[in-house]
Amino acid sequence: MSTTTRTDRPSVVLVAQSSRWGEKLIQFWLGFCAIASVIITVGIVLALFSPLPEFFSRVDFREFFSTDTWAPALATPSFGVWNIVVGTLNVTMYALIVALPAGLGAAIYLSEFAGRRARKVLKPILEVLEGVPTVAYGIFAFTFVTPLLRDNWPTWLPGDLGDPPGIFSAGAAGIVLGIMIIPTVASIAEDSMSAVPRSLREGAYGLGSTRMQVATKVVVPAALSGIVAGFVLGVSRAIGETMVVLLAAGASPNMTLMPNESVLPMTAFIGRTATGDISAGTDVYFTIFAVGALLFTMTFVMNMISIALVRRFREKYE
Amino acid sequence: MTSQTSTDAFTDTRGHVPPVMATRGLNVYYGDFHAVDDVNLDFNRREVTALIGPSGCGKSTVLRSLNRMNDLIPSARIEGEVTYHGQNIYQPKIDPIEVRRRIGMVFQKPNPFPKSIFDNVAYGPRVTKMKVDSMSDLVEQSLRRAALWDEVKDNLKGSAFGLSGGQQQRLCIARAIATSPDVILLDEPCSALDPIATAAIEDLMTDLKQEYTQIIVTHNMQQAARISDTTAFFTAGLDQDNGKRIGRLVEYNDTSTIFNNPAEKSTEDYVSGRFG
Repeated sequence: MSTTTRTDRPSVVLVAQSSRWGEKLIQFWLGFCAIASVIITVGIVLALFSPLPEFFSRVDFREFFSTDTWAPALATPSFGVWNIVVGTLNVTMYALIVALPAGLGAAIYLSEFAGRRARKVLKPILEVLEGVPTVAYGIFAFTFVTPLLRDNWPTWLPGDLGDPPGIFSAGAAGIVLGIMIIPTVASIAEDSMSAVPRSLREGAYGLGSTRMQVATKVVVPAALSGIVAGFVLGVSRAIGETMVVLLAAGASPNMTLMPNESVLPMTAFIGRTATGDISAGTDVYFTIFAVGALLFTMTFVMNMISIALVRRFREKYE
Repeated sequence: MTSQTSTDAFTDTRGHVPPVMATRGLNVYYGDFHAVDDVNLDFNRREVTALIGPSGCGKSTVLRSLNRMNDLIPSARIEGEVTYHGQNIYQPKIDPIEVRRRIGMVFQKPNPFPKSIFDNVAYGPRVTKMKVDSMSDLVEQSLRRAALWDEVKDNLKGSAFGLSGGQQQRLCIARAIATSPDVILLDEPCSALDPIATAAIEDLMTDLKQEYTQIIVTHNMQQAARISDTTAFFTAGLDQDNGKRIGRLVEYNDTSTIFNNPAEKSTEDYVSGRFG
């Protein structure tokens, strides 16, 4: 009896009814998109690095890395890259002086003190600020911050530091660059602080901590690697930023850390030089690639550090 | 009401000693949700009080309202009184931080800070700016009282995350007693621990009775029977107004009475394992 019922049942089909070509095609397309972006990035890197042998056959490697006068376009050119590296570091340093305390402060406020409503309003605004075009910041630096600094410069400062800045200054560019990266620093720091388990906060409150103590003694140390990752990413953005420094920092390659002088950061050099006027095959032409490759290496290393820190932070709590 | 009568009967038999803490007409709400209804309890000096009952009966909510931990939940609201040495800790002028310095807490899951063992224990005294002659003596003393000293004395600079779950929980107890609180609240402190670690914590609680008033929430009835002097049994009933679940105190008495001769049928059913 039971055997008849079994044989009466229609045969079970486990073989695919169609080969599902559409699905395969979509899968292929998605895979292609993922790989293409990687391939294109690799292509850019190759394009940046491949002219380097030619450059170093024209310019002595030691001159590039050990002298400090930068004048690649002069009749008797000099290629001391430290000059513009210091220009970049100068601007970045002032950017950090603005962005670190402000970014960390904003993150602490949002994660530990802000009420639900304040947070709901402020966090999206902060994230929107990340999308403001950098040229807008550049104009802000040039038309607002520069005159502000010039008119209110503390002239009582000793020595050259007391001289008010001119039309271009590292300080104005640095301050605006700092304002520009506050959202980056704050939002990554806030993410990692919010990820600190509630139980740690409760433990701290249970021992009689004030809100400030919970924030500074428990949450910030617990989220430290994430906070540092935000800082590093901010630094890397500041180093790579072009528009603000192009408009506000100037074009004179002064090797200085002073805020009231004009400097030529690496990106500003590239931005000024890589125009339609440049003739391919000249020394200056190859210089762009050398500076670009160095800049790429610097920000790449910074981003790697940032990723490693974020990963270390995740491991701790997951 | 049953809870009222049993509380009174209880206070009468032991009423000569004023309780360290008490609740009167305590109601806790989370938004619209009425979590516990009209709880009246007394917690006596240097005794262990166990709060038992099935999940959702509001025992943890009651515990967390005793040192104003519920303040951290924005929607939580309280009615009635919680007194500590006769003072209502929910008066506007009371600082919850001062309350928590005197009424410490140990949580369900061990929650050491990502710091060294030493810094974990020293955290409380440091943030409360306690006057301490020697921090290392205080840390040693606290770890000894938490029965952890011998296991960690050579590794005080090591991370607290390197300890086992049971060690971490004893560290959290050491951390709580380092600030010399008066009362220690323990919210299911053994629920994440194995039986051996649980036994160590229970021994510790028995020792700590000499100095501290302890209030423990537990799901483990044997644990309540072993370590507590008095037991409060809670259960979840239905709110007559809206039909929602609501936590109620059913019965409060000496632990031996609760377990051997409870006044309420539901208590007897629960402690004998017939429900919950």
